[in-house]
Amino acid sequence: MAGGQGFWGDDLDAPRRQVEGGPVDYLMLDYLAEVTMSILQKQKERDPSLGYARDFVGAMESVLPAVVEKGVKVVANAGGVNPPACAAAIKAATAKRTPRGALRIGVVTGDDLLGRLDSLLDAGHPLANMDTGEPLSKIRSDVLSANAYIGSEPIVEALAKGANVVITGRSTDTALTMAPLRYEFGWSATSWDQLAAGIVAGHIIECGAQCSGGNCLYDWRSIPDLANVGYPIVEVTADGEFVVTKHADTGGRVSVPTVTEQLVYEMGDPRSYITPDVIADFTTIRLAPDGENRVRVSGIKGKPATDKLKVSIAYRSGFKAVGTLVYAWPDALEKAQAADSVLRTRLDRLGLKFDRVLTEFVGANATHGRLAGDQRDAPEVQLRFGVRGPDRGAVERFTREIAPLVLNGPPSVTGFAGGRPKVEEIVAYWPALIDKSVVKTSVEVIE
Amino acid sequence: MKIQLVDLAHARSGDKGDTANVGLIALKPEWYDVLNRHVTLDRVADHFRGMIEGEVERYELPNLNALNFLLHGALDGGGTLSLKTDAQGKVYSTALLRMMIDVPDDEAAEFGLPGVKPATGAKAR
Repeated sequence: MAGGQGFWGDDLDAPRRQVEGGPVDYLMLDYLAEVTMSILQKQKERDPSLGYARDFVGAMESVLPAVVEKGVKVVANAGGVNPPACAAAIKAATAKRTPRGALRIGVVTGDDLLGRLDSLLDAGHPLANMDTGEPLSKIRSDVLSANAYIGSEPIVEALAKGANVVITGRSTDTALTMAPLRYEFGWSATSWDQLAAGIVAGHIIECGAQCSGGNCLYDWRSIPDLANVGYPIVEVTADGEFVVTKHADTGGRVSVPTVTEQLVYEMGDPRSYITPDVIADFTTIRLAPDGENRVRVSGIKGKPATDKLKVSIAYRSGFKAVGTLVYAWPDALEKAQAADSVLRTRLDRLGLKFDRVLTEFVGANATHGRLAGDQRDAPEVQLRFGVRGPDRGAVERFTREIAPLVLNGPPSVTGFAGGRPKVEEIVAYWPALIDKSVVKTSVEVIE
Repeated sequence: MKIQLVDLAHARSGDKGDTANVGLIALKPEWYDVLNRHVTLDRVADHFRGMIEGEVERYELPNLNALNFLLHGALDGGGTLSLKTDAQGKVYSTALLRMMIDVPDDEAAEFGLPGVKPATGAKAR
């Protein structure tokens, strides 16, 4: 199984390279981050035929020969908030080049809870914020999208019904990898160790090249040819053991350190990696080198799944803007600090109120804070000034206070050619849990 | 001897809401014990004091020669709310690698830590 996209915006040509670079049975494409769902929801509101990851259309066109002629199957969560529209777009884009019946698109729906929110609340599902415990009523009127993270079952069902392309909405990233393994090997819903192994395989390849040399700190200078980085492949056997590798003649590297870095990425409690299908125990994973650019993964244990699904709810939460200016040596940091002080005084005088004002000095402390030490002699420092608040007008007014500093603030300032900062509407996230039993998925296979 | 984590470990970090996680991985498997002994919950909480608003959690993964730290309240609200350059906690990883630990000379010699020079308390790097 090949991983061909780590997020919506990843390398457009990677899916094609993955199916043409060597033999693969499945191509897994992960498009959805939390922020993506709300963007797609806004697009669907403007045009009911949108609301899916449109990059997937180009990806499908580029891998179509492999799907039709070589029998490669594709599983993608590109459906976003509108999987049927995504399927229709794929059909339209490929119709001319596809023999009749060669493309059987499985469409998974049922994760979208937006239209059911009030009836769920009425029925006693509180959808309280997992982190803060606050009730959903606090933000109900600002909700943009609400989707349950669904697991492997509907994808397995679609494959069993003969689909060779499966399009889901908000399924978990890891289910996209695990479901085809479960289908091919006939793993049961209680084969906890195998299911957990499939989840770990999914976790390793769900971020694309981030397990095969991309963003890898370990001995980073020695990682060859990132310009031609190979995206990951897992070769899995029925017992759940697998090897992580990549196609021959590609750049990057698959090694124990590159895979380990990806395993710890976005990790919580390693003993309980909770998914809809199984709880995987990351403290049981064994890694071993298995030849050049090959890492063997074994020993994985799983525990029974919970009776809940996570729900991701996106809601409007005010506005923000960030402005920047660059100050040059000598005393670059001190000048930027002086400008910050001038700006704060002016905003106060204007009576502008914000929930949050944050100043960072890029080049001195933006990423590592006080740990970076004394940067008074820095050759240049970027003042980066951000505000956030419920009042669009106040944020808008702030954006007009940056440019004047060029002529009426501290000296040796440049880097303002980009114009006024843009005001952005904030879409925030409300994580919640819901009983599994109330989320009903359905699968339709269209030709 | 004093030694900086960047000479003993590599790391990757990511986000979940307003929490950043940092996975700290020994550069050599045999150095995991040194990390596990010296990179304690208290030391890490102290390292990030003033930079994060919440608690720190610590988990051990001896199978991967790694420790995992959760830094709560590290991302100015997290994801889309955050005004920070590092809104997704991508480089808390290397911020942790700045940490200095104090390893007894005999332990440093036993594990072959970098910078060990017999008899002179030589500094790391």
